[in-house]
Amino acid sequence: MSDDYTSTTNACKLCKPIGACLAFKGVEGAVPFLHGSQGCATYMRRYIISHFREPMDIASSSLGEKNAIFGGGANLKQGIKNVTTKYGAKMIGIATTCLTETIGDDVPSIIKQFRDEEKALFESDNSPLLVNVSTPSYGGTHMEGFHDAVKVLVDQIATEYGKDESINLLPGFVSPADIRYLKELLSDFNLEGVVLPDISESLDGPALLDYQKISEGGTPLSKIRSMGKARATIEFGRTIFGNLTAGKLLDSRFGVKNYSLGMPVGLRESDEFFSVLEEISGCKSPEKHVLERGRLIDSFVDSHKYIFGCKAVVYGEEDLVVGLTSFLAEMGVQPVLCASGGKSKKLNKEITAVTKGLVDLPIVRDGVDFYDIGEEVAELKPDLLIGHSKGYSLAKKYGIPLMRVGFPIHDRIGGQRVLHLGYRGAQALLDDLVNLVIEKKQNDSPVGYSYM
Amino acid sequence: MALPEENNKFEPDEYNPEEMKEEMLLQYPPKVARKRAKQIVINKFGSDGEVGDISPNVRTVPGLIGQRGCCYAGCKGVVLGPTRDIINITHGPIGCGFYSWLTRRNQTDASTTPDNHNFMTYCFSTDMQDEQIIFGGEKKLALAIQEAYDNFHPKAIAVFSTCPVGLIGDDIHTVCRNMKEKLGINVFGFSCEGYKGVSQSAGHHIANNGIFTHVVGTDDTEHDGKYKINLLGEYNIGGDAFEIERIFNKCGITQVSSFSGNSSIDKFANAHVADLNLIMCHRSINYVAEMMETKYGLPWIKINFIGANATAKSLRKIAQYFGDEELIAKVEEVIAEEMPAVKQSIEEVRPRTEGKRAMLFVGGSRAHHYQELFAELGMKTLSAGYEFAHRDDYEGRRVLPDIKVDADSRNIEELDVKPDPLKYNPRKSEAEIAKLAEAGLKMSEYEGMMPDMDSGSMVIDDISQRESELLIESFKPDIYCAGIKEKYTVQKNGIPMKQLHSYDYGGPYAGFKGAVNFYNEIDRMVNSKIWKYLKAPWQAHPELAAAYASD
Repeated sequence: MSDDYTSTTNACKLCKPIGACLAFKGVEGAVPFLHGSQGCATYMRRYIISHFREPMDIASSSLGEKNAIFGGGANLKQGIKNVTTKYGAKMIGIATTCLTETIGDDVPSIIKQFRDEEKALFESDNSPLLVNVSTPSYGGTHMEGFHDAVKVLVDQIATEYGKDESINLLPGFVSPADIRYLKELLSDFNLEGVVLPDISESLDGPALLDYQKISEGGTPLSKIRSMGKARATIEFGRTIFGNLTAGKLLDSRFGVKNYSLGMPVGLRESDEFFSVLEEISGCKSPEKHVLERGRLIDSFVDSHKYIFGCKAVVYGEEDLVVGLTSFLAEMGVQPVLCASGGKSKKLNKEITAVTKGLVDLPIVRDGVDFYDIGEEVAELKPDLLIGHSKGYSLAKKYGIPLMRVGFPIHDRIGGQRVLHLGYRGAQALLDDLVNLVIEKKQNDSPVGYSYM
Repeated sequence: MALPEENNKFEPDEYNPEEMKEEMLLQYPPKVARKRAKQIVINKFGSDGEVGDISPNVRTVPGLIGQRGCCYAGCKGVVLGPTRDIINITHGPIGCGFYSWLTRRNQTDASTTPDNHNFMTYCFSTDMQDEQIIFGGEKKLALAIQEAYDNFHPKAIAVFSTCPVGLIGDDIHTVCRNMKEKLGINVFGFSCEGYKGVSQSAGHHIANNGIFTHVVGTDDTEHDGKYKINLLGEYNIGGDAFEIERIFNKCGITQVSSFSGNSSIDKFANAHVADLNLIMCHRSINYVAEMMETKYGLPWIKINFIGANATAKSLRKIAQYFGDEELIAKVEEVIAEEMPAVKQSIEEVRPRTEGKRAMLFVGGSRAHHYQELFAELGMKTLSAGYEFAHRDDYEGRRVLPDIKVDADSRNIEELDVKPDPLKYNPRKSEAEIAKLAEAGLKMSEYEGMMPDMDSGSMVIDDISQRESELLIESFKPDIYCAGIKEKYTVQKNGIPMKQLHSYDYGGPYAGFKGAVNFYNEIDRMVNSKIWKYLKAPWQAHPELAAAYASD
C-alpha cells in the first residue's frame, strides 16, 4: 500500500477560506467577504448552500488580471463600502484567498487606510465592524480556516475587561441542530452562555413572510465583545492545529479558564462535557438529560446484538473522527480505519486515547484522500462507512452502507439537522447506524424476514 | 401539428419597468449607477425592428453579490468537465478542484467507449502547499501527471491552472509537452487562472482554443452514416444529450461528436469529418465552430433543442441544410410521431400555467432557450438576463463588428487559424449557402435573446442580488429561474425557484420528452400549495385566536 502519493485524488478536505466563511456566518449581522477572484465566493457559496439549503451570501472584491499584478487594495475598499451601504452589515468578515496571499496584499493595513479615508462611514452607529483573517488555501484545510476565523473574532472583537457570570462555548464546526442542542443545554444548566459561532438559525432558518437581506441569528457582537469577562470557556476539539486556540487566547489575555474537551460525541465524551457543565454551574445534570443518558445506555444494550464486531471506516474532519471513533468503540463496533484530510499531527494520539481498553487500535491516517481511503477499504472490507457524502462512490463500489454525518451532505436532505452531540445526538446516531446494519442484513437475506 | 401561438405583446400590469430601473439605480453611487444603467435595458424595438444596446461582459462591481463564476470554472467546470475519458488535473490548492467535482450534474454513458473510462466522478488536484507557492509547482505537477497515468492509464490528461499558478509563473505548457513525450498520450494544459477575464466566459474561450489546438483534427477516420453533424454547446445536464441523441437516431442523423455532453476525447479528435456543426449554447462554444469553419470548411447553424417547437424547428433546419428528401420526410415523420404526446401534456397542464409569469437569470444561452418552454405553457417572461454573455448573445451577431474589445477580453488569446492545406473542404459552395439563406436558413447566424423578448420586458445583465430582490418584491413572479446560489434566497421570498444550471435533480428538459418533463415540473412548482401555509392559523386569523383566548 502506497501512502506517499504526491497528488490528491478525491480530496477529504476543503479549502481554508470556506471554513472562515462558515465561522463568520455564525455572527449576528455578518457578511463574509472574500478578498480574491469572484470565483472563490461563487464556488464556496454554492458548496455551502448545497449542504444547508439556505441562502449564503459571500461578497467578493472580484479581482481581475490587472489587480493581480498591481494589488487588490482599491477593490477591497470599494467592496467593503458597497457591502456596508447595500447590505447594512454589522460585521464584515474578510478572509483572504490564494490569489491575494500570493500577491502579498497586506489586508490589515488596507483596512487601516480605508478607515482613515472613510471617516464618515465609521463614525455612524451603523458602521460595520471589520474583522480579517489570513486564509491561504495552500496552508491548511477548511478546519484551520474555521478555527483561525473564530480566533480572530475573539482577538479582534473581545476587548472588554471585567467579570460576569457568563460562560463561553466554542463548539467548532458542528451542525445547526448541534448548536440548538448546546444552547438548550446551557439554558437547562441555568448558564448564561455565549456560543461562538452560532449558525443554528443563520444557516437553518424558517420560511419567511418577508425576506431579510442578512439572515437572522448568529452570536451577537455585544456578547463577543464581553467574552473576556466570562467565568470559563469550554472549547471542543482536541486536534485544533497549532498551540494558540481561541479558548487559550481568552485564557492568556483575560484569565478566563479554558476547558479543552473533545467534541462530545457518544457517551464518554458527553459524560466529560456534562461533568464540566456541572462543575462550572454548580448544578446537578437536569433530570431530562439524565434520562436521555439512561435511554442511551439502554439502547446500547438493545442494539449490541446487531452491531457487535462490525467493522467501520470513519473519515472526515479530525475532531469529528475522534468523537465518532470514541462512540463506535463504546458501542462495540470496531473502527478499522480512522482517516482525515486534515493534518494536525494529533489524530493518532487522540484515536489511541479514545479506543484504549475497548477495541483494537484502528489504522489512523491523516492527510489522506479518498484514493488512499479506497485502497484501505479494499483490504479492510469494512461493514460500514461513516462520514460525509464524498464517501458515496466507495460505498457504491463496495456495496457498503454509508452513514452520513458532518459536512458536506449534498446527496441527502437535512444535513443541517443531523444531531451529533450529547446523549441525544448519540441516541440519534445509534438508531441510524444500527438500522443501517439491520437494513443491509435484511436486504441481503434471500428469505425476506420482516422480523429482525 | 402546431402548438398554440405565443402572445407577443407584453403589457406590464401594475408595474412600470422604467420606474423599476430607476429604483434599482438609485441604490448605487453615481459611477456604479452609470455602469449598471447600460446593463439594465427595457426591451424596445426600433423602426427597423432592431433592439437597443446593452453593455455586458464587463467587470462586476466589487462587493455587489452576483452570480458569476471565474475563468477556471468556465474552462474546467463547464466545457471540459463533461468529457468522461480525459483526466482533468487541477493545478492549485485544493478548493477549486473540490468545488468543481461533478457539481454540474453532467451525465455520461461510459459503455459507449470501448475502454469504459469515466473519470468524471474523480477529482484530481496537485493540492499545492506553501512549498510550491515559494519554490514553484512544476515538479509536483509532473509527478501528479505521472501518478494519474500510472493509476488509471487514461488516453489523455488535461491540466487546469488556478490563480496562484499564473502568479508564481509555473509553465504548465512545457510540463505538459514533456509529459506528453514521456508518456506517449495526449497531455495538454489550460492557463485558465480565475482572475482572467470578467467571468467564466473567458474560460470557455480558453477551453475552445485548447481543444481546437490539441485535439480536434487529429483523427481523420471516416465513419459510415449519413447526415453527419457535431452538436456543440450541449452539456448533458440531467440527461439532455441522451434525449437529443435519441431524436437524432430516430431521424437517421449521425452525431460524430458532442462538445461536450456525453463526450469522449476520441470524438473531439474526429469532429472535423462531420458536415455540419450545430450550436446550442452560442456563448460557450462559438469559437470552436468558427475555427473549424475556417480550418476545415465546416459550416455552423444555431439550433435549440429546449422547447418542443424549437426542437421541431431545429430538426427542420438540419434537414433543410442537407437538402435530402429522405431526411426531410423522415424529420417530418418523427415530429409527427413525437408531437401528440407533447400536445396532450400541454393541454393538460396549460390551463394551470396560462398567464403565469417567469423570470430567468442564467447562463449565456439558457435564459433565452427556456423562454421557449415557458411560452409553450402560455407563460410570460417578464425579465431575463445572462450571467456571462456578450453583446451578440443579447442583440445578435449583427453587432459583432461594433463590439469594443476591452483590456479584459484582449488578454484572452484569439487563435490565428488558417485553412488546412490538406483537410480544408468547404461543405457547401458560396452559391449553395446563398440559396439556403434565401430559403430562410442562414449559416453562422444567431439573432440573440432580445429580439425574441416582448417590448417592455426588462433585460438585465449580470444581475446583482439586490436588483433581483427588488424585482421579486415588485413583480412577484410566479417562478424565478437561476442557479443554486439564488435558489434559497428567492424561495425565502415565497417564490418558487427553478435551477436551470443543474435542473434541481430533474431533467432531461431537452427535446420532446424533456419538454413534457419540464411542463410537469413547472406545473408542480407554480401550483404548489405550500406557500399558503406560511402563516399559522393564529397569524392568518388573529381575531380567531383572540376569540379562543377570551373563551
